[in-house]
Amino acid sequence: MATPPAVRLVVRRRGRDGQPLEFSLAVPSDLACVGDAVELVAEQCRTGPLSVRRLAFNLRTALAEALTNAIAYGSRHDAAKSVHVQVEVTVRAVTIHVHDVGDGFNPAAVPDPTIPANVAKEDGRGLFVLRHLVDQVTFNPKGNVICLTLRAG
Amino acid sequence: MSFNLRKDSKGVVVVGVDGQLIVGNRQELKQKVLEALEGGAKKFVIDFSRTGYIDSSGLGVLVSLSKKIREQGGDLRLAGLNEDLQTLFELTKLDTLFSILKTPEEAVAAF
Repeated sequence: MATPPAVRLVVRRRGRDGQPLEFSLAVPSDLACVGDAVELVAEQCRTGPLSVRRLAFNLRTALAEALTNAIAYGSRHDAAKSVHVQVEVTVRAVTIHVHDVGDGFNPAAVPDPTIPANVAKEDGRGLFVLRHLVDQVTFNPKGNVICLTLRAG
Repeated sequence: MSFNLRKDSKGVVVVGVDGQLIVGNRQELKQKVLEALEGGAKKFVIDFSRTGYIDSSGLGVLVSLSKKIREQGGDLRLAGLNEDLQTLFELTKLDTLFSILKTPEEAVAAF
């Protein structure tokens, strides 16, 4: 199996204790990079305001969904294009922006995967899952930047 | 992160998911299960006792595998879900598609 391209992490601001308060990642648009990117973000947020459980499950799953959508639909799997992730950690919340270079989409037009006609489909659950795992989801008007907020706790 | 396959004395293939089942490794799981299916196995249990998280791509591969196994006259059951993973299956209503047992031992015994 080919080695996936590397995810680049830049810490932009640290707290007095040396823990990162603001950092960013450039993630190559290769689905094989999603797991590594998620682990990097989770590791940097380890001493932040989220419980171990929410860090282990909610943050990881939601970020994996956002990155997968950005790589598949934004960059259309073009590994030459990067998806940019910006993370801010405060005592109140972890805020994550995932920015792709695609044309964006209309999140309101995504079908509900839980209606009987869709339950047995193999795909189409990403945004639905993501919305249930974080406290707030917003998009920019174009639809190519998603912002996830996980409040402390 | 890896998938461990073992076949018990009743011929049930138990697949342990270590770490996560996500977009980056779902094809590996699919390939391993389909190889076992082609090799004649019909009864499968996916054991999530050691799984941290599953994304929607991981859920999708389970749906796909379940369909293929049923087409061959077999069945795929899930076991070992922690509270968060159980909630994920309930939210997506996938708990209505799969038999979900508490432990892999119970899932094997239920065949």
